[in-house]
Amino acid sequence: MKRLLFAVPVAAFIALVTVFGLGLTKDPSKLPSQLIDRPLPVFALPGIAAINPESGGFASTVFRGQPALINVFASWCSACPPEHPMLGRIKAEGVPVYGIAWKDKPADTRDWLAKLGNPYTAIAADESGRTAIDLGVTGAPESFIVDKAGRVRYKVVGAITPEIWDATLKPLIAKLRTEA
Amino acid sequence: MLAEIGQFALILALVTALAQAVLPMVGAARGDAALMAFGRTAAQLQALLIGAAFLILMACFARSDFSVALVADHSALSQPFAYKLAATWGNHEGSMVLWVLILALFGAGIAVYGDNLRPSLQARVLSVQAMIGVAFLAFSLFTSNPFARLDIVPPDGTELNPLLQDPGLVFHPPLLYLGYVGFSVAFSFAAAALIEGRVDAAWARWMRPWVLASWICLTCGIALGSFWAYYELGWGGWWFWDPVENASLMPWLLGTALLHSAIVTEKRQALSSWTILLSILAFSLSLIGTFLVRSGILTSVHAFAVDPARGVFILAMIVGATGGALTLFAIRAPAMRSGAMFGGVSREAGLTLNNLFLMAVTAVVFLGTFYPVIMEAVSTDKISVGPPYYNLVFVPLMIPLLLLVSAGPLLDWKRDTLRSVAEKLKWPAVITLALFAGLTLGLGWRNASAAFGFALAAWLVLGAGLILARRWRAGSRDPWRQVRTTPPAVIGMVLAHAGLGVTVAGVTAMSVFATSKILVMQPGETAELGTLKVTLKDIAAANGPNYSAVQAYFSVDDGGSIRALKSERRFYPISRNQTTEAGIGGGVMGNAYVAIGEPQQGPKGQGIVVRIYHHPLVGWIWFGFLMMAVGGSASLSDRRFRVGAPARRALPPLTAPGMVAAE
Repeated sequence: MKRLLFAVPVAAFIALVTVFGLGLTKDPSKLPSQLIDRPLPVFALPGIAAINPESGGFASTVFRGQPALINVFASWCSACPPEHPMLGRIKAEGVPVYGIAWKDKPADTRDWLAKLGNPYTAIAADESGRTAIDLGVTGAPESFIVDKAGRVRYKVVGAITPEIWDATLKPLIAKLRTEA
Repeated sequence: MLAEIGQFALILALVTALAQAVLPMVGAARGDAALMAFGRTAAQLQALLIGAAFLILMACFARSDFSVALVADHSALSQPFAYKLAATWGNHEGSMVLWVLILALFGAGIAVYGDNLRPSLQARVLSVQAMIGVAFLAFSLFTSNPFARLDIVPPDGTELNPLLQDPGLVFHPPLLYLGYVGFSVAFSFAAAALIEGRVDAAWARWMRPWVLASWICLTCGIALGSFWAYYELGWGGWWFWDPVENASLMPWLLGTALLHSAIVTEKRQALSSWTILLSILAFSLSLIGTFLVRSGILTSVHAFAVDPARGVFILAMIVGATGGALTLFAIRAPAMRSGAMFGGVSREAGLTLNNLFLMAVTAVVFLGTFYPVIMEAVSTDKISVGPPYYNLVFVPLMIPLLLLVSAGPLLDWKRDTLRSVAEKLKWPAVITLALFAGLTLGLGWRNASAAFGFALAAWLVLGAGLILARRWRAGSRDPWRQVRTTPPAVIGMVLAHAGLGVTVAGVTAMSVFATSKILVMQPGETAELGTLKVTLKDIAAANGPNYSAVQAYFSVDDGGSIRALKSERRFYPISRNQTTEAGIGGGVMGNAYVAIGEPQQGPKGQGIVVRIYHHPLVGWIWFGFLMMAVGGSASLSDRRFRVGAPARRALPPLTAPGMVAAE
C-alpha cells in the first residue's frame, strides 16, 4: 500500500505528459481560425438591465444585413480599458459594436461602463461563460468580425489597436459591405 | 571567426558534460576516487567553456556583427549599447546559453565548495547536474544554435523587441534563471540521495543554502517582472495571471515549501521523502515553465520562439528528468528511514501544514494555467480561465496559510499544545481582531474584505515582531546582548514573514481601492480622480536614439504637493512597435499613474487619450517582496550554514551571488 502511494507522482506525471504531447500536435497558430467562415454559434444572451433597458441583450440572429463587430470584455480585465476609446471610434465610423460581458457580475459591468463610458450598440451578459466557450474565447478582450450573413470572418486576440483597425479591420469591413 | 570559436566552445562543453554525466557516477558505484575527482574538474571546465561561449556571443552583439543571424534579428546599429549587450539574453537562443551557463556555474560551485560532502554524494550530484547540462547543451546546439551565420550580411539588424529595451528587463531574465536553474541543485541532490538510498541531516543542511539562494533570486526576479509590467505595459496592473507569470510563480511556491520542509529534515530528520519529492517537483516546474514559454503550447504575451520541434525536445527532457526522478522516487523512497515522530501540534506539524497548503495553491495555479491545454487535448475547444478563477480559488487557500505563518514559528519542536500557542499569540490576536473590527466600522460593511486583508497583514507583521520581542525579553537582564546575539537566520525569518504582511497590505489596497479614469484631454485641461487633480500641461514630439516619441507633460496635485509627471508613447520605426512609458508619481501611501494613448477627437476637439490611475499602497507589494529577499539573504549569511565547513580562502563570486555563505 505504501509503495503504491509513492508511485502516485509518477502516474500523475505520465498523464500530464500525455496531455502535453497531445497539445503539441495541435498547431498553435490555428488559434484564431476555429470559427472563421463558419456561422456564429447560436446564442441568446440577456441584457444588463441598468444599462440598456430597451435592448435586453441580443441573440446570434441579430447579425444579419450588415457587418458588425463583437467585443468580448469584462470589468476585471486589465487590457480592456486601453482598448475602450478604440471601440468608441469604431462605432463612430458606423460599425455596430456588440459587447459581451464575459464572466462578469452585471453590477460590476454597469459600474465599469458608467466610469469609462459606453461605446456599445448593445450589451449582453455572458455570466456563465458558456457562449464564450462556444466562441472559443481564450481571454479578454477578444473581438470578432461578423459578415452580413452572420458568419465569423476574423478574430482579434487581445486589444484592437489603431494599427490593427486601420490596416486590417477597416479594409475588411469595407470589403464585407460590398459582398452580396 | 569569433562566432565559430563560440560554437566550438559549446560543443566542447557538451562533450565535457557527457563525460561528467557518466564517469563520476561509475566512480561512486565502484568507490574509485580518481573517477569521482574527475567530476569536480569537469564541472569547472564546463563552466569555463560555456562562460567563454557566452562572452563571445556577447562580443558579437557588442560589435554588431550582423553576419550572426541572432545579432541581425535582435540588435540594430541605433540600439543603445547597454541594450545591445542585454540583447544577448533577450531572445530564445541567447537565453538558452545563459541558462546552461548558470547551470554550469552552479555545478562548478558544488565542485568548488563541496569538499565537506561525502565524496560519493558529491560525485553523484555532479553527475546528475551534468545530465541536465547535456540535455540543455544539446537542445541549444541542435535546435537553437546561437552562433548560426547568415549567407548575406544585412547592413543593419532588426532590433530587440522595444518592450525589452528597459532596465528592468535587463535584469529580470538572469534573476529568474538563477532561481529556476538553482533548483537544479536541489534536484541533483535529491536524485543523488535516491541513488544512494540515504538522506540525513547533513544532506539537508548542504542543500538548503542552494535552495535559499535560488529562492532569493526567484523572489527578486518575480518582483522585478511584476514591477516592469506595472510601468511598461501602461495598464497599471501588477499581476495578470498570465501563463508565463504563473510559470515563475509555481516554482516559487514549491521552492518556499521546500525551504520549510528542508528545515524539518535538517533539524529532526523527518519528512525526508517529502523534501526529496519537493526538490524534484520544484525543478520540474522550472522545466515546465521553460517548455511553456518556448513550445507555443499556450498563447501568452511572453511567448518567444514558438516552435513545436523545440517543444518536443523540451518535453523529452521533462520526461527524462522528472519521469526518471519520480520513478527512482517510487522505487527507492519507500525503503528510506522516515525519521523522528512528532505530535499533532508541533513545529513539524505546522511546517507540514504549510507545505500542504503551498502544494494545494501550486496545484490550483497549475490547473488554471494548463486548463486550456487539458481541454484541448480532450475536446476541440480552446479556452482559458481568467482572473476570476484565480481570485476564487487562490485567495481562500492563501488565507489559512497566512494565518498559520504567525503561529508556526512559535510552536515547539516535537510536541506542543494549542493552549500554549494561544497564550503566546494572545496579544497579536487581540490587536488583529480589534483592527479588523475598527476597519470594518471605518470603511463600511461593503469593504469588510479590505478590512480583513489589512488585519491579516497586521497579523503577519505582529507575528513576526513577536518572535523578536519574545527572544529579546527572555534576556531581560541585558536585553541589548540579546539583540546583538540574535542569529541572522531568525532576523531573516522575521523579515520574510513581515514582508509577506507588507505585500498582503499592498495587494489588498490595490484590489479594493484602486481607481481609474480614461478620457480625452487637451492641453490646459484638468481632470479629477478622487483627490487627484491632473492637468495636461503640454504635448510635445521628441526623438530618442532609436525611437520617436510623443511626450505629454502633466502636473499632478494630490491634495498638498504638486508634482510634474511625464508620460511617453514611443514608436520604434525599425520593428514598427509601440511602447508606453507611464508617468508615475510614487509615494509611500500610493502612486499617481498617468499613461497616454493615441490622439483622438474628443468632445472639445482634437486631444489625446489619457488614462489616470490612483494606486494606493502599490509600492508595498514590491517592498514586501524585497523584504522577503533581504530576509532570505540574512538567513543565508547565518553561521549555521558554515558549521562543519573547513576554512577556505575566499573565492571570487563565480557562482551565484549570495553564495559567500559557504566560505
